[in-house]
Amino acid sequence: MSETKMDDIDMPAFTGRVLDDAGAEELANAKDLAERRNLYRIGTILTAVGVVCAGLGVLPMLVMGARVAIFVVGLIALYMGVRRLGLARFGSDFDLTFILSCAWLTVLILAAILAPLLPLAEHEDTTKTLAAKSYASPSLFSSHPLGTNNFGLDMLARSIYGARSSLIVAVAAVAIGILIGGAIGILAGYFGGWVDRIVGILTNSLLAVPALILLIALASVLQPNLRNVSFALAVLAIPSMVRIARANTLVFSQREFVLAARAMGATRWRVMLREIAPNVALPLLSLGMVMISVMIVAEASLSFLGLGIQPPSPTWGNMISEGQGNVFEQHPYIVLVPGVFLFLTVFAFNMVGEKAQKKTGGTREVKL
Amino acid sequence: MTRTVIDKVIELIVVLFVVSLGTFALVSLIPGDPSVAMLGEGRSPEEYAQARADMGLNDPFFTRYWDWLSGALQGDLGNSMVPPQGPVTDSISAALPVSIQLAVMGLFIAIVVAIPLAMYSARHQGGWIDRAISACTFGVLSIPSFLSGLLLIMVMVNYLGWFPRSQWVRVSEGLGQNLYHAILPAITISLLEMAMFIRILRSDLVMTLKENFILVAKAKGMSNARLLFSDALRPSSFSLITMLGIVLGSMIGSTVIVETLFSLPGMGSLIVRAAQQGDMPMVQGAVLVIAVIYVVANGVIDISYGYLDPRSRRAHV
Repeated sequence: MSETKMDDIDMPAFTGRVLDDAGAEELANAKDLAERRNLYRIGTILTAVGVVCAGLGVLPMLVMGARVAIFVVGLIALYMGVRRLGLARFGSDFDLTFILSCAWLTVLILAAILAPLLPLAEHEDTTKTLAAKSYASPSLFSSHPLGTNNFGLDMLARSIYGARSSLIVAVAAVAIGILIGGAIGILAGYFGGWVDRIVGILTNSLLAVPALILLIALASVLQPNLRNVSFALAVLAIPSMVRIARANTLVFSQREFVLAARAMGATRWRVMLREIAPNVALPLLSLGMVMISVMIVAEASLSFLGLGIQPPSPTWGNMISEGQGNVFEQHPYIVLVPGVFLFLTVFAFNMVGEKAQKKTGGTREVKL
Repeated sequence: MTRTVIDKVIELIVVLFVVSLGTFALVSLIPGDPSVAMLGEGRSPEEYAQARADMGLNDPFFTRYWDWLSGALQGDLGNSMVPPQGPVTDSISAALPVSIQLAVMGLFIAIVVAIPLAMYSARHQGGWIDRAISACTFGVLSIPSFLSGLLLIMVMVNYLGWFPRSQWVRVSEGLGQNLYHAILPAITISLLEMAMFIRILRSDLVMTLKENFILVAKAKGMSNARLLFSDALRPSSFSLITMLGIVLGSMIGSTVIVETLFSLPGMGSLIVRAAQQGDMPMVQGAVLVIAVIYVVANGVIDISYGYLDPRSRRAHV
């Protein structure tokens, strides 16, 4: 076995695209059958080990600490094994982290949409859970797989309903940002002159207040509900959208098809709407993909600070803030359950967003 | 060059002016009557009318804005609406040093950790440590600071018992204790910045290490460390400096969250509490002060960039 292969096996399987790219290049050369067979063999072994370990971790046989450790080791082995099988089967284009991200987002979005139809326990109404056990520990095969909070509300149901509000708010904010920011950016880029200058000063002024501070200031005057939080977040999204739309408009308005349209007698509005807008839409959408994760974090931060959507309506942020104080010393899962949901979702959106950005060649603009 | 700097400064002043106008206009968006918020409910209509007149609410918008702005320029941001109703400026000047200390410590930790890691990564590009570091930074960028802070408290305070929790010791009560209490919050603040720095610096270093002058240095037999620190670091740090502006914004954000999480008496807790209580003069003052700091810092970074990197003088602005 060559030295590079040894490296691959010792490599801890953190998820990450940079890692996959670097590894995939080496593995792409593994065209000859022997190497591929090797990949299959190691992949199968690792997958088997992973399944066994993860299975042992789930079954209630050992002490809690040992179970968690075995489970994590199992997951890592599983990831490494499946990645090798995928590389052997589909070639170097196989990007397991990306596939897992898409899978997580699909499951989460479906669960969020279908939440009222799913057989979930109570998530919001504390009067219905008076008899339920509060702070029930997570146990996968009980009626509360992820445990309950201090009111006996089911953590799984709350997480899924939390996903609902997070996704609604983030998508709505990005959509508003694309529409308003895109329109303003195209106007500024196409007209230039004083329109451009005023728009420039206004966007710079919005960017002059750090994102979270702007959000807190807006939250201090708005009633915290889904609609207002979406609008407040959209205010954060607009400046970057304006910048990207303006920059792209400047480029596209020099192109021949715009000249042709103008030569054929198209009005300015028609040129902007029919010729420029469709071209500007693509970079805006790809920036939007990246921004969704920023918006999710922003909304969670606001809820965490107690300025966003108010409990008992669940959001990931206010669920995590329930664990503040001394609660999470005894019941760490109060923080960990929504925390894992938040992390996986943000990670997945970052992953997908970065892929979209690479395809359209832009950069990240905002980060809270 | 001088012209660019003057243009920049004029732009900064205009932006700050618009920001102050926006901040002030926030108040008129508030639902409800500020006099009720100040006196509480159940007073007579005359008392409310008197309070409104005292607050100058009957004047036209621009008169009130001008009063507020000229006061702000002289260091008077009005009085808090929440008991004990002290001057906003006093609260802010008490809170600001705490936040600045946290932010500076966070930035320091981030840079001190990021530079060697990025160098190692770039030098051993594609190795498993490089890949592990890249994966970790990508993961860390997906963890909001309130989550990483809680996890750090969980492990460092509750489980290992290495650090105390939720206390702030002023520098006057002993520098050692002060640093000891500030270190965990500062680490929390530094995490996101650290990850960003590593990513930026690594990609720039990888480019620099391909340059001819590095090859020359290698051929001369320079040691690895000398090569990286004295030859490669400076030309690779320009994107980092450009990014500092953006990083600063995200750092102010994490400072707010971390202060709330660890209950430290900084600007973050101040503005969050004020927002929760609807204490508008306090919110306005805090937003204005933070915006001024942020805008000026960004301006300084922009201008100094022109001096640091001669290539950007023409192309920029």
